[in-house]
Amino acid sequence: MNTIRNFCIIAHIDHGKSTLADRLLEFTQTLTDKEKHEQVLDSMDLEREKGITIKSHAIQMDYLYNGTTYTLNLIDTPGHVDFSYEVSRAIASCEGALLVVDASQGIQAQTISNLYLAIGHDLEIIPIVNKIDMDAAKVEDVKDQIVDLLGCRRDDIIAASAKTGVGVDAILEAIINRIPPPVGDPNAPLQALIFDSVFNSFRGIIAYFKVFNGTLRKGDMVKFFNTNREYDADEVGILRLKMVPKDSISAGDVGYIISGIKDSSEVKVGDTITHVDRPCDKGIAGFEDVKPMVFAGLYPVEADDYEDLRASLEKLKLNDASLTYEPESSLALGFGFRCGFLGLLHMEIVQERLYREFDMDVITTVPNVSYSVYTTKGEVIDIHNPSGLPAPTLIDRIEEPTIRAQIITNNESLGSVIKLCIDKRGVLKNQVFLTTNRIELTFIMPLSEIVFDFYDKLKSISRGYASLDYHIEGHQVANLVRLDILLNGEMVDALSTLIHRDYAYNFGRRMCEKLKELIPRQQFDIAIQAAIGAKIIARETVKALRKDVTAKCYGGDITRKRKLLEKQKKGKKRMRQIGSVEVPQQAFLAVLKMD
Amino acid sequence: MSGIYIHVPYCKRKCHYCDFFSVEDARGMNEFANLILEELRLRKDYLPTEPIETVYFGGGTPSLLTADRIATMLNGIAKTFSISPLPEITLEANPDDLNPGYIRSLLDIGFNRLSLGVQSFDDNDLQQLGRRHNAKQATNAVDMASQLGFNNISIDLIYGLPYSSTNVWESNLRKAFRLPIQHLSCYHIIYEEGTPLQRKVFMGRVTPVDEAVSVEQFDLLHDLASQNGFIHYEISNLGKEGYFSRHNTAYWKQIPYLGLGPSAHSYNKTSRAWNPRSVDAWINAIKKGSIEAENELLSEKDILNEYLLTSLRTIWGIDNGYIAGTFGIDQANRIERVANKYMQLEILEKCDSNYRIKPKKFIVSDGVIADFLTE
Ligand SMILES: Nc1nc2c(ncn2[C@@H]2O[C@H](COP(=O)(O)OP(=O)(O)O)[C@@H](O)[C@H]2O)c(=O)[nH]1
Ligand code: SF4
Repeated sequence: MNTIRNFCIIAHIDHGKSTLADRLLEFTQTLTDKEKHEQVLDSMDLEREKGITIKSHAIQMDYLYNGTTYTLNLIDTPGHVDFSYEVSRAIASCEGALLVVDASQGIQAQTISNLYLAIGHDLEIIPIVNKIDMDAAKVEDVKDQIVDLLGCRRDDIIAASAKTGVGVDAILEAIINRIPPPVGDPNAPLQALIFDSVFNSFRGIIAYFKVFNGTLRKGDMVKFFNTNREYDADEVGILRLKMVPKDSISAGDVGYIISGIKDSSEVKVGDTITHVDRPCDKGIAGFEDVKPMVFAGLYPVEADDYEDLRASLEKLKLNDASLTYEPESSLALGFGFRCGFLGLLHMEIVQERLYREFDMDVITTVPNVSYSVYTTKGEVIDIHNPSGLPAPTLIDRIEEPTIRAQIITNNESLGSVIKLCIDKRGVLKNQVFLTTNRIELTFIMPLSEIVFDFYDKLKSISRGYASLDYHIEGHQVANLVRLDILLNGEMVDALSTLIHRDYAYNFGRRMCEKLKELIPRQQFDIAIQAAIGAKIIARETVKALRKDVTAKCYGGDITRKRKLLEKQKKGKKRMRQIGSVEVPQQAFLAVLKMD
Repeated sequence: MSGIYIHVPYCKRKCHYCDFFSVEDARGMNEFANLILEELRLRKDYLPTEPIETVYFGGGTPSLLTADRIATMLNGIAKTFSISPLPEITLEANPDDLNPGYIRSLLDIGFNRLSLGVQSFDDNDLQQLGRRHNAKQATNAVDMASQLGFNNISIDLIYGLPYSSTNVWESNLRKAFRLPIQHLSCYHIIYEEGTPLQRKVFMGRVTPVDEAVSVEQFDLLHDLASQNGFIHYEISNLGKEGYFSRHNTAYWKQIPYLGLGPSAHSYNKTSRAWNPRSVDAWINAIKKGSIEAENELLSEKDILNEYLLTSLRTIWGIDNGYIAGTFGIDQANRIERVANKYMQLEILEKCDSNYRIKPKKFIVSDGVIADFLTE
């Protein structure tokens, strides 16, 4: 155990985590030239394109240092707030963390919150200033920031370039000398923490774990502590570039287990693996059943594709346990699914994957958070869809989820960032100067307020400077109303939103204005109304189309005319019919496009 | 029953709004008639049915050709095909090309219909459009043609013009109806891609008229025309009873036509073809002994859509009984549903057993027709 080092890399997107990981693999000769391809850890295309790691993986390296061969387990962490629980489990599996900061960018909010998480788990932090080869590198400034933040010594900070390889040896040395080896008793009852899982179409679910105590052997009968289900350990092993089967994995080490599980929801990140025969007394602390926080309706663009959409979601769920879906129908959009996501990025990823991997074109309705409705009869109902809200007379109160948002920004934008957050019903909890021109703000705010356009706004008012991280905080009572949209008197269920009463008027008016832009003129006037209950609070009209003809059809060129009209028809086909009104699909996302 | 269209691709000067295929240099003009005869010989088997009911010389500017050369072509056609006893033979002409001698020759060689590219009786309009004639020449041309014996005269007019006004349009129409014409082709100005006028709009130097003005002028056209005994029988065509353009009507009624000359389109009920949009390419093709017209085989869907799109442009409308019989009951049911929607909106009306767009509503017909198309 003394020769094992478990560590992760904490870095803001683009600060060089993947590049550094590649370098480590190379320096430890884990990656032969033949196998070498860029950024091994980000294996999905989508991740690569978005520059983010969606699912964490782990990889083991051997490193000969001063005559001893050390086993280094690099546990990769997903790079986005939506997956913060998985990050926390990965961190809980490590004894050390490399804090990578881009020398030209400095510390960002996400780095900080993951750093706090790592410090909270007593991880040894090795600060690294990366990209020192760049002209724009401000190595000394960034070192100042790190010293301020960690209270470490300046000498402890390693200056490196993941690109050129400068400093990588020093990093490896620090991993061995500064990160403590894991502790644990290989002979105690088995306790292994699941920090991630992936789906493989041949082998089923592969769970990644770190053994805290005990030894897991091939063929053991194991039990997952929190789900209480039992399995055969068909195969256990370690992760190099490929999976390497082993007879056993002992305390302190990291490995994988294959046990014929087909359903990703049986393998919960944070769960503890133990033996059936000799179980541990308690699971490893910190288990949470992560629940989706953001919900939206997903509808096939072509109504006929409903069953295909179901099949695609089923397949997606195999390796994305945090995705939930249940059938739902909408008068406007037909049959579809109410899907639950960890957050907005997660929603975007699912949409993208549906499109790329399954060729499914979907309409996504305006996302909303999950509300707890307390009825006058004393029941609590979770509402995932505004149209499911009980009648106002039956509602005692509604509670909405809140978040703790950490925002790092600079002096110039401080005022407007605070104003934005307060406009979004945020309550300022803390304000800390990280350096003279870097301020960390902590707000408690409703999750629903960041679901729409918060992040984009934050970026634009701070000229791209501000960064955001958030965690679910709790619940608070909210004065919410349901705002409905009517087209020529017909309610469009897919456009209903739950919104704070004070914001409803302004929101309704902007919604009507935006819809007016998005709905094309038709052969009759279209009244767009926003209503709370029976009360109309805003109205716009799309005037009837009065001229719609290109008359020339000359010299018998019917083909051209036919093609033009067929194209027009195709456009109409993609629209949804609400009463007699044709509504383009992007109108269902009108809310997201309001400025 | 079939038609023949001959495209004469020459113009003295390109008008600012025009995207018809025509060139300003007269290359090939001397051999043009013979080349047409040659193309005729190459493609004489294209048409599935005879006799020839209509012959139409369009362009470009057919009136740039001498009467002799036109006669050569007409005679060639008469020798190649059987001609119906009462054919409609039309020449498109620019008002300033006409003189008494030319008109007499046209009558002599068999023309019985003239289509004059008047466009406006307002000199300012004409200048903006880049036409080479003036208002006076336009009225004279009509009078002269009528006096010398043409009793089937059509004129083209354009409305919705920028720099103009509804007053000018109204006076254009009133002038037109005082003239001895039997037919009117009127369309709203279209800013076609690549034309000088479209570029001006793009650069913001010309502002298209408001929709309200377009509608006002369209209404004026329809109303004044009916007051003067002109029937609005197709979106942009109006004529006195018995004087509807038989050639153009054939386009709306699935009657085959053979198009000769550069860029000309042909149709034989199962396919459509179009000649190269270049004088040189066309000449080369003929000299090589093969007109490599581009060809499109029509699927059942294409045929139905063409039926819908052409029929709904006219006052004859669509016959859902015919659709049921030819394309099946599902199509007929679908069309019935769309028709009901537009009946309710009072855009469509039933006339005998046919559905048609009310002529007053021709101005919103594109979206309506698109809705009827099948996928
Ligand atoms: N110049 C320079 N570029 C680097 C360095 N490390 C990473 N990069 C570049 O920075 C970008 C983001 O790096 P990546 O490893 O994908 O960041 P990640 O999002 O943290 O995984 C890529 O274009 C890398 O090539 C470095 O040390 N120097
Ligand atoms: S005369 Fe006719 S074909 Fe020639 S340029 Fe003018 S509008 Fe076009």
